[in-house]
Amino acid sequence: MYETNYHRGSSVSEAASLLAGSDEAKLLAGGQTLIPTMKQRLAAPSDVVDIRHIAELKGISVSGSKVTIGAATSHAEVAQSADIANVCPALCGLAAHIGDPHVRHMGTIGGSIANNDPAADYPAAMVALDATIHTNKRTISASDFFVGLFETALDEGEIVTAVSFDAPSKAAYQKFPNPASRYAMAGVFVAQGNGGIRVGVTGAGSEGVFRSSEMEEALAANFSPAALDAIAVDPAGMLADIHGSAVYRANLVKVMARRAVAAAG
Amino acid sequence: MGVEGIGARVARKEDKRFITGKGRYTDDMVVPGMKHAVFVRSPHAHAKIKSIDTSSASAMPGVIGILDGKQLTEDGIGSLICGWAVHSKDGSPMNMGVWRPLAEDTVRYVGDAILIVVADTGDQARAAAEAVVIDYEELPAVTTALAALKDGAPQIHPEADHNLIFDWEIGNGADVDAAIANAAHVTNLDVDNNRLVPNAMEPRATLGVYDDSEEHYTCWTTSQNPHVARLVMSAFYNVAPENKLRVIAPDVGGGFGSKIYIYPEEIVCLWASKRTGVPVKWTADRTEAFLTDAHGRDHVSNIKIAFDADNRITALKVDTIANLGAYMSLFSSSVPTYLYATLLSGQYNIANVHANVRTVYTNTTPVDAYRGAGRPEASYLVERAMETAARELGVSPAELRRKNFITQFPHQTPVIMNYDGGDFGASLDAATKAADYDGFPARKAEAAGRGKLRGIGMSCYIEACGIAPSKAVGSLGAGVGLWESAEVRVNAVGTIEVLTGSHSHGQGHETTFAQLVAERLGVGMDTVSIVHGDTDKVQMGMGTYGSRSGAVGMSAVSVALDRVEAKAKKVAAHLLEADESDIVIENGELKVAGTDKSVPWFQMALACYTAHNLPDGMEPGLKESAFFDPTNFSFPAGCYICEVEVDPETGKTEIIQFVAADDFGNIINPMIVEGQVHGGVAQGIGQAMLESCIYDPDTGQLLTASYMDYAMPRADDLPSFDVSTTVTPSPSNPLGIKGCGEAGAIGSPPAVINAITDAIGSNKLEMPASPQAVWAALNAK
Repeated sequence: MYETNYHRGSSVSEAASLLAGSDEAKLLAGGQTLIPTMKQRLAAPSDVVDIRHIAELKGISVSGSKVTIGAATSHAEVAQSADIANVCPALCGLAAHIGDPHVRHMGTIGGSIANNDPAADYPAAMVALDATIHTNKRTISASDFFVGLFETALDEGEIVTAVSFDAPSKAAYQKFPNPASRYAMAGVFVAQGNGGIRVGVTGAGSEGVFRSSEMEEALAANFSPAALDAIAVDPAGMLADIHGSAVYRANLVKVMARRAVAAAG
Repeated sequence: MGVEGIGARVARKEDKRFITGKGRYTDDMVVPGMKHAVFVRSPHAHAKIKSIDTSSASAMPGVIGILDGKQLTEDGIGSLICGWAVHSKDGSPMNMGVWRPLAEDTVRYVGDAILIVVADTGDQARAAAEAVVIDYEELPAVTTALAALKDGAPQIHPEADHNLIFDWEIGNGADVDAAIANAAHVTNLDVDNNRLVPNAMEPRATLGVYDDSEEHYTCWTTSQNPHVARLVMSAFYNVAPENKLRVIAPDVGGGFGSKIYIYPEEIVCLWASKRTGVPVKWTADRTEAFLTDAHGRDHVSNIKIAFDADNRITALKVDTIANLGAYMSLFSSSVPTYLYATLLSGQYNIANVHANVRTVYTNTTPVDAYRGAGRPEASYLVERAMETAARELGVSPAELRRKNFITQFPHQTPVIMNYDGGDFGASLDAATKAADYDGFPARKAEAAGRGKLRGIGMSCYIEACGIAPSKAVGSLGAGVGLWESAEVRVNAVGTIEVLTGSHSHGQGHETTFAQLVAERLGVGMDTVSIVHGDTDKVQMGMGTYGSRSGAVGMSAVSVALDRVEAKAKKVAAHLLEADESDIVIENGELKVAGTDKSVPWFQMALACYTAHNLPDGMEPGLKESAFFDPTNFSFPAGCYICEVEVDPETGKTEIIQFVAADDFGNIINPMIVEGQVHGGVAQGIGQAMLESCIYDPDTGQLLTASYMDYAMPRADDLPSFDVSTTVTPSPSNPLGIKGCGEAGAIGSPPAVINAITDAIGSNKLEMPASPQAVWAALNAK
């Protein structure tokens, strides 16, 4: 690791000013991607601003069907939240299967979505739940937030503070993990909410997380696994690497979608 | 068997320090004035070095020295050697290229060492290493053996035309061809054996210390065989004469073969310590481990097995191309030849066997022995082909094997090995019973009802361990003998130190060797200490690999114990005024059989050292040593059965049950043996289903250079294992031990792939059978 200056932020505004005060500063929100990258000497921020301990970024609140999760909330906290489990157990299940126990206790939801790894789990849920991403400057809908591979709508210096969504009437997440990294090779989050049925797909798309409108339409007509049988996922839009060809990933997307629908019941 | 003797499930003595973080590994060693080294390595798979500029790097903070290959050459440091000379079938020697510890003109794989940077801290060394400017002229690279043999392929070493190192054969070729021509049925199979990264938990490390006042070197290193390291570094690399070089291999966190070899880093750190005047420590990071630890396997083969009309095997023929990487590692030549083709008769009575093996240079990490070393490749070929043959012939895979088993011993195979014992039918019976082999069709039908494809596969492996009779391996080209040594020191108060040339890097020698002493001398294990891994303490020894520590290392201890026992009885007989033939050793006492006369063990020992009252002419003291050379290899064998379910939608395979029925001969500690089988089977399942070493074919970059892309087996990839043993003692050593360290990794891959191919109804499946590969095979039908 190259030498860097570590700052522990005590408030969002302090973190924002620390971030603005340096050309090469990075936010540290759990660090489960950033720290390994720095250890590999592939990233060399002059400063890291740790926002994981900022009180206003922490915590889960569920009010009626409205769920709000602070950006610095760890995956383990989401996985173990009885309040979320009451209204959206699918999200708890998703969080419970991110990485390993170490990752789940260090990694945060804000860090995950701001990084927008194309194989991360949370983006699929955010898109399918039609979540709102709150920042220190504005709110952004999940559909607009995730722009491309490791790319989001966040401006320079903008900090994710929370995510919120209305709990769906039913939802489920199914993923097929990469045998080596255990990241999703195809992860599908299916949710039926006030705005209709939404299907978020991660791990597979060559542009990162995406919604499958074809599946959404089919499921709107008939919410059952069989409704997806006739749908052909186009390999042209899929990632391809040594672990899975585009054709294989296209197959996995469909299989995981069917299983998610079955699990959502 | 007592509670601590042979056959007892004694908890491992060494585990307290290992599981409480008190192990002492090479990287834990700190000596005054110690500095840190980083190697500058080639980022290219094949390139000429046009220029090296270290001027700005040398001026960086903390930098003590940056040394290159020209300086190494000036100081007369030798090139790396291959310790086993294999000749081509035309009688010509190996076409071996030069491997300099630091490359001077040409780099031949990604990771090839070029410079060593020594600095006050590791970070400073790393920063300076990044500031070195090297101008390369990139050359075309080739990563597969098949491509490297082709006309026009990049020429990697001038000595090896078409990158061919040797073209070797074994067996009776003409008879094989005639038998195949006259066969009622021939099974013909192309089989790849995937390249593996060893992935020991502890990365390689070394600390080189030069003492100019004594002109003496000390080398701490992660070695499976410190004496061999000293011998090779003295005799071939001109680092220092043996009496001026101490090699210490302290606790070592796993080897699996990859720590047998003497690598450039040990040599260079010792040399750099003299050049810079400071002790130099280097510890590999995980990326360096992926790039530079010798890899395993990487064969491309064809096998033909001929059967007569009664389904008896009449001939077996193999053609193999083995990828040895960019340089010939220490035992690389022996792995795809004498450790491989000599086992191609398997457990079967085959009159005619022939194998042709070509070994090839490529722009990849050097390949050498990895858990099993040649024997997994042989077992995989033979057992994949036997299962395939049974399917083609429409007979039971178990019964086809049983019909062809060798049942009379000794049995001379056509490929050197003389099997001296075994009961292959007993292992087959034990495994099929444990797996309820006959009940499989009902389970398959039940699984089909759940939409799962269930399959069962078998493997009846044999291997050669107890490596090895020195005269025999010498006649085959080995540069060393493969005996082992031991010294048993009984102290004046009766406590005992055993100095062994074997080296423990996870095997549990501190427990099992002490169990042997406890059994033989009737003393408690807590009075026995096992000393190993230090050339200044322990007499010359050959180290640990090839499942040899029990069969060869403990046999040396056993012979030394014979001598201790004989003298102890003489002393006791003298003290008790009895005949030495009446003395028995029991429960810490030497007794006159059938009487109540006895002398405690410690009192006898004290008498040896006071020497006040010893038999006339007897020397004081009680210390004996032995060098044991086995009369033959030992032949562990067994039957493994794997049962799987495949999810046809995703290609994901779940192992439902895995049965291992092994014959390891006599067993010292069943718990440790089971642990060895568990670990070996885990590695075998890793090879069969998960681990894949992939190079970019154009650039020669290792694409699977981290755990993000290289799938190591984890607990949830594995089932609970059903492990059992049958016993036919080995006649080639006094303890009847065959060895158990590699069997799991040898027997399991064919069982797994036989099960998956059975499940999916397609035989076109190579390792690793990843979900993608299985799904593709299913959908290609």
